[in-house]
Amino acid sequence: MLKKVFVVAVLVVFAILLFRSYGLMDAGTRLNPVATRYAQDGPEEVGAANLVTAVIVTYRGLDTLGEVTILFLTASIIGFFLASGSHQEPRSAQGTGTSEILQTAARVITPIIFLIGIYVFINGHLTPGGGFQGGAIVASGLVLMLLANPGRKVSHTLISAVESISGISFVILGILGLILASGFLDNSILGPGRFGTLFSAGAIPVIYIFVGLKVGAELSGIVSNLQQTTKEDT
Amino acid sequence: MIPLKIIAILLGLAILVMAFVAVENKKLVVSIIAAGAVSLFASVLYLVLAAPDVAMTEAAIGSGLSTIIFFYVLNKIKKERKDHA
Repeated sequence: MLKKVFVVAVLVVFAILLFRSYGLMDAGTRLNPVATRYAQDGPEEVGAANLVTAVIVTYRGLDTLGEVTILFLTASIIGFFLASGSHQEPRSAQGTGTSEILQTAARVITPIIFLIGIYVFINGHLTPGGGFQGGAIVASGLVLMLLANPGRKVSHTLISAVESISGISFVILGILGLILASGFLDNSILGPGRFGTLFSAGAIPVIYIFVGLKVGAELSGIVSNLQQTTKEDT
Repeated sequence: MIPLKIIAILLGLAILVMAFVAVENKKLVVSIIAAGAVSLFASVLYLVLAAPDVAMTEAAIGSGLSTIIFFYVLNKIKKERKDHA
């Protein structure tokens, strides 16, 4: 009873706060100064057709590095806790219980999902999407593969090698920007290219390939860690 | 052509309904799927609000990967309970 009263009270307070802030909010018809600066000079300075990517990778590149680091930390903490709970001797699951339909469909769809993921992060500077989205799509392709064949093992050595190499390359590219161009993660270390083509926007495609590989490897690592420990407990 | 405002309001209502189902349903499996549906509707809403980049992230991570991870964890918990019983 008391719990319900508390819940209702919190909801009422939250509703009042929301209603008040709704009154305060005015729909912005103009961009604020920073956004105006990005929108006007972004295409010329960065050369990316997708302005969101220009902001994420170049103007706010340091934040992206931080996000990737946080994701790495999360993946390692999950791996650590799952590994400490049980010994790492994955038994091969015999007689996998998945249906024929799922297995066949997964065999057809998985390569296509991988291809879409790679397309999304390579074309991050042209079309919506980028490293994070592409990496997540690649990881979900791997999830489908693991769901269809639970006995399958994913090489952790491969995952951590891909993850570390792309992480280091990302930072090295950033430092190259510091040395060759005007600042950390400056994308003008490579030529600007022709606006709107695949080889444009300087180093953004290269950076996004590394970000995509890193995110994909991290998320795949989380999922395969979970899958292997669930399998062991059977 | 339905105006975007009405689509956005309908999507918001769908999100609220799904969130209510996720909280109130007694079966955890239904709750997980409803939580995934919240993310899916939210990603469509982002698309309507002209933010395709955010919509892709939400669809891939919110409704795809996190739902799967919830299922793996639920499976693990169920098995551990069975072992202890």
